Amino acid sequence: MEMEILSERELEKIAYNCKKATMLIEKQQIERISAMEKFELELHLKGCLACIIYMKQSILINEMVRNFFRRHHPDIKLDEGFKKLLKIRIEEHLRQS
Amino acid sequence: MHGSDRRFDIEEKKKLDPSNWVEKYADYLYSYAAVKLYDDELARDLVQETFLAALEAQKGFNGLSSEKTWLTAILKYKIADVYRSRSSGLRNNAQRAAPEQEEDFFDHDNGHWNSGHDPADFFCEQPDILQDNEFQAILQACMKKLPALWLSVFTMKHVDEEPSESICKAMGLSSSNFWVIIHRAKVNLRSCLQKNWI
Repeated sequence: MEMEILSERELEKIAYNCKKATMLIEKQQIERISAMEKFELELHLKGCLACIIYMKQSILINEMVRNFFRRHHPDIKLDEGFKKLLKIRIEEHLRQS
Repeated sequence: MHGSDRRFDIEEKKKLDPSNWVEKYADYLYSYAAVKLYDDELARDLVQETFLAALEAQKGFNGLSSEKTWLTAILKYKIADVYRSRSSGLRNNAQRAAPEQEEDFFDHDNGHWNSGHDPADFFCEQPDILQDNEFQAILQACMKKLPALWLSVFTMKHVDEEPSESICKAMGLSSSNFWVIIHRAKVNLRSCLQKNWI
């Protein structure tokens, strides 16, 4: 149905526009995209291997970044002197109340 | 404080134990803030402020979330305050950095990948890449190259899984700014990985 509304020129624009397609790929991973956007993206991906690869890698990169931060968080430590001071301040506060 | 009839009720809920906060959560909160702020000293100050604010707010703890979640929520507010005060400067940086970067990747007129920038299938078929130390180092270097605002927005969304609206609010971004940043961060990061891994 949507196909009929779009002129050949508009279809061509969608087929070329990798910038728009990659934006929709990002959007789709975060929230629902509209039916029209979904149609545009599917149409684009039918003819664009580069964006198909982009989509696979985009999903994988999210996973990699998530893993990276979960694994690397414990590496940064607060120095022991500062921790001691913090503890003293908290204990003082608890004694007062 | 409470009548004895409330005692069992309270015991079933989670309790606060401030004398153990430093041992249990200081490192976690510190690394959480340091990663987001790129400023170790400020991160240290925010951990202290978080504990002090939490001590004052103990009565507001409803026992429904864990101590750690509650403390992290207080820290998030403090981080958002910092972002808010920084955000005008950062936004300007992001806008200044944007045009050249954009033209590099996509054709200005039709939005097609410019030659040399189209994605190649360089790591899709290597599932063990997540375990590869060399790749992890490249990933880290590529993340560091992103503008601070972009990486913050990216990690708030994809690592902390925060709602888009609260990210926009915390960072002072419009919804369209948000999408542009999410997109540019990924396009840049992906391209950097491809350049350095092949």
